[in-house]
Amino acid sequence: MKKELVELKINGRTHELAIEPSALLLDVLRQDLGLTGSKRGCDESSCGACTVLVDGVAMMSCTLLAATCQEQEITTVEGVTEHGSLAAIQKAYGDWGGAQCGFCTPGFMMTVKSLLAENPDPSEAEVRSALSSNLCRCTGYSQMYEAIRAAIAAERQGAPSPQ
Amino acid sequence: MSDFSIIGKPTAMIDAAEKTTGGGKYTDDLSVPGMLIGKILHSPYPHARIKSIDASRAEKLDGVVAVVIGSDAPNPYGILPVGHDEHALALDKVRYVGDNVACVVALSEAVAEKALELINVEYEVLPAYFDPEESMKAQTDLIHDNKPGNLEKDYHHAFGNPDEGFAEADHVAEARFIANEVTHAAMEPHSTLASFELNPHTGKLGRLTVWSSTQVPYYLQHKLSLVLDMPMAQIRVIKPLVGGGFGGKSEVIPLEIIAAVAARKAQAPVKITYTREEVFWAHRGRPRTIIDLKTGIKNDGSITCVKARVVQDGGGYCSYGVVTILYSGALLGALYDIPNIQYDGYRVLTNKPACGAMRGHGTVNVRFAFESQLDELAATIGMDPAEIRQRNLLKPPCITVNGLRVQSYGLPECIEKTVERSGWKQRKGKLPKGRGLGIACSHYVSGAANSIIRSDMPHSTVNIKIDRDGGVVVYTGASEIGQGSDTMTAQVAAEVLGCSLARVRVIAADTDLTPIDIGSYSSRVTFMAGNATLRAAEDVKKRIAAAAAKKMNCATEDLAFRDDLVFKKGSALPVVKKDQIEEAEVTQAGASVSGRVEGQILRGSLQQKRKEEGPKEWMTFEEAVVAAIDFHGALTGTGSYAPPQEARGGKHKGAGVGPSPAYSYSAQVAEVSVDEDTGEVTVHKVWAAHDCGRALNPVSVEGQIIGSVWMGMGQALTEEMVWKDGMLMNPGMLEYRSPSAVESPEVEPIIVESIDPEGPFGAKECSEGSLAATIPAISNAIYDAVGVRLHECPFTPERVLAAVRAKRKDKALNLTEGVDPTAPARFREHGGALCFNGKGPQRHALDPARREAPATARGTD
Repeated sequence: MKKELVELKINGRTHELAIEPSALLLDVLRQDLGLTGSKRGCDESSCGACTVLVDGVAMMSCTLLAATCQEQEITTVEGVTEHGSLAAIQKAYGDWGGAQCGFCTPGFMMTVKSLLAENPDPSEAEVRSALSSNLCRCTGYSQMYEAIRAAIAAERQGAPSPQ
Repeated sequence: MSDFSIIGKPTAMIDAAEKTTGGGKYTDDLSVPGMLIGKILHSPYPHARIKSIDASRAEKLDGVVAVVIGSDAPNPYGILPVGHDEHALALDKVRYVGDNVACVVALSEAVAEKALELINVEYEVLPAYFDPEESMKAQTDLIHDNKPGNLEKDYHHAFGNPDEGFAEADHVAEARFIANEVTHAAMEPHSTLASFELNPHTGKLGRLTVWSSTQVPYYLQHKLSLVLDMPMAQIRVIKPLVGGGFGGKSEVIPLEIIAAVAARKAQAPVKITYTREEVFWAHRGRPRTIIDLKTGIKNDGSITCVKARVVQDGGGYCSYGVVTILYSGALLGALYDIPNIQYDGYRVLTNKPACGAMRGHGTVNVRFAFESQLDELAATIGMDPAEIRQRNLLKPPCITVNGLRVQSYGLPECIEKTVERSGWKQRKGKLPKGRGLGIACSHYVSGAANSIIRSDMPHSTVNIKIDRDGGVVVYTGASEIGQGSDTMTAQVAAEVLGCSLARVRVIAADTDLTPIDIGSYSSRVTFMAGNATLRAAEDVKKRIAAAAAKKMNCATEDLAFRDDLVFKKGSALPVVKKDQIEEAEVTQAGASVSGRVEGQILRGSLQQKRKEEGPKEWMTFEEAVVAAIDFHGALTGTGSYAPPQEARGGKHKGAGVGPSPAYSYSAQVAEVSVDEDTGEVTVHKVWAAHDCGRALNPVSVEGQIIGSVWMGMGQALTEEMVWKDGMLMNPGMLEYRSPSAVESPEVEPIIVESIDPEGPFGAKECSEGSLAATIPAISNAIYDAVGVRLHECPFTPERVLAAVRAKRKDKALNLTEGVDPTAPARFREHGGALCFNGKGPQRHALDPARREAPATARGTD
């Protein structure tokens, strides 16, 4: 298939790329741009490891055509750190054991980020329901709730996570 | 002394930031210049002879570099020395749908996929075996010619006197239990990148470097050496971050070998990454297990005898099978005091993907059967299910009837604590209808006492090097797969050396750099690599102590190491002096590094100043290191661990599997409710107490307990590999039904510390032992809730509803009546919508994916 020029805005930077119209966003991120933080755990939007934010909405990049994301703001896990240090949720996932093997973690980071942007004080049921778009095989999810609670508390204190 | 400065405190994993920022690299994230992509052609038939392979059309396709077939690497291999029955790619026969036939190496994945369609393979389809008990009757068309009756291996053990044991019993229960097949489904699909260097003298292919998602780099190096006919020294295996293993990456998976063979043929680096569907085919999970179990007890609840006949549906290759079937029998012992045990185990070959090791290797399904039957017997004699377990405790230290040495034994405390926390005594039997509590126990090895490759080599060896500025580098072959192995290693080293955790860097699982370690499986890392780290750290500490003692004019025994200081025992800790130098004390990592950051000049002047102060009560860690390096030159230490002879088990055939230097213990209470109209089971909460010896990192221990319980709950309620004529019906994460956040219950982990005499700081395993108790705890809770005893897991709504209706003597519901009358009964209950007619991968008439759909069969509604 013949390649076409597209412009993708990822983590605040604009990239001009020649891609096939059928190219998936996940492949473009991982292979063309070397942004390997987003993971491929399946190929069918069932595991959520490839979750990115498109204009703030959590989307699974493994079934999203890259060419359709032009003129939209794409955020990947590489764009989550704040001021060169860990965002509260990243620090909390580390401290509370929310990440074990870490393969699903980038997807969870994006899902939690979009959840907290919409709803800064979610109930446990709301957290569970939001997290159900992503699968994890290590943690049984329990320690993730603690991490999310801790991150919310840290954000509320206004102190960006102490390094 | 229970007062530690590093261990026992909740510690974030040392690689946590790599994981939460996406910065860490897993194998599929890597690429090297000139790298090509490999794709594997899989067999569409469960059992067939390959008559010919014609790859000429594929080879001609633009962008294809090479097509690899079996004859390119004909040496056999297998994870067990007794089971070398696999080849990189099929030589003459395929033995399961998904078996590996050919591999295309191309410039891109798209081209490789296109080329796969152009390979023409001519098969002669053979009769296939899907059920182990049918397979055992086979006379002809054997799966492997040297395995009559398709029997991979059988063992017949009798310990004590089983006949007398049953004669003494007042009550005997006997039943058949079935645990269906489950798989690891680790989030990271397997991936391997293989690259050859050129030999500088000949210009031919020289050393091989392989990056792979493996739990055991050493085994991979060993098997690559066999298949490629290369010395191990010419092969370097590097394990990048691994996205979960659970046993699925503890043996050599076909793509790891294929990638190396393909790189050799294509003369270029090749990466192969499985699709999720291929991961399911590669499998190596927990086999479908049929357990005929008979248990006898006396009126006082004491167990007199257990007899188990276990048949495992092992799939097309040996894999870890011989070990699995032995674990199933061996770990009937070491949990309770059972005086007489009879065990007959059969590992059977079938035309399905090979089963291998999975979390709780070999013990989980038998534990489900045993704990369910014990519950039943408790009900028979009217005894509380928690009490019957307390009546049968071991009296350690002891050697069990089947030769397992038990020392630390936290089971009594585990039972006590779960009973207390769950409100068992107040609530059991008093919950509303449809809601119930169940209890069960389990245990697991802290590393196998005997390696699968027999040798006198230590199981773990660790090297430590300390740099002049006090940086500690630990080299270990143990594999971090998400369980926290690297963090544990760093913690142990820092604790022994009395330095801060941030000083320690762990270089792990790279066969060129790290000493041999037999890897991350059988829950051996904390116990064995932990002990090796402890010894290596003590080795290097001795040298530091010698130099420091000389400087401080005291004996080495008088010195203590702690908080980045080396000081005379009993001397007041230099709090004030520490404050004086504190200003310069913060480094980028936030660690307190003595001697300070401005480099050698400040350090030199500080040292000079302190030298002038005369004899001291203390030195900073860095000063002591500098003194030792000045004295010894390079500052290094080595430690290794081999399990003691007394822990290596009995003398009978098969005695090598089961023995361990220490066992972990678990007791769990599950609270469930059952909807009697739909058969749906909801787990509300699980209280899980686990005896891990000592919790080196409580956050990780709790994470492992919760994760094990959760995975056990998956096997108990939803997870199941559904087969139809050798074809997997649910090769996707959603179809396989891995529980999501919404379906996952609260798990309350309770850490029990029995302080093992041989574990590092008393620690034992915590990653596997809890899994096995969850399934029977749930099944016993279902019994408590609605009075039905389930004998087959997972406890899907269909199975629960069938049992509930049978108990009420209602008409049996056949939910899939008429859907596919040709399907064997045991498959029909899954709905049948995707079932296949007849043999081979032909789609069912109602399957919309089928091109011409003759409407022969009809659904019920």
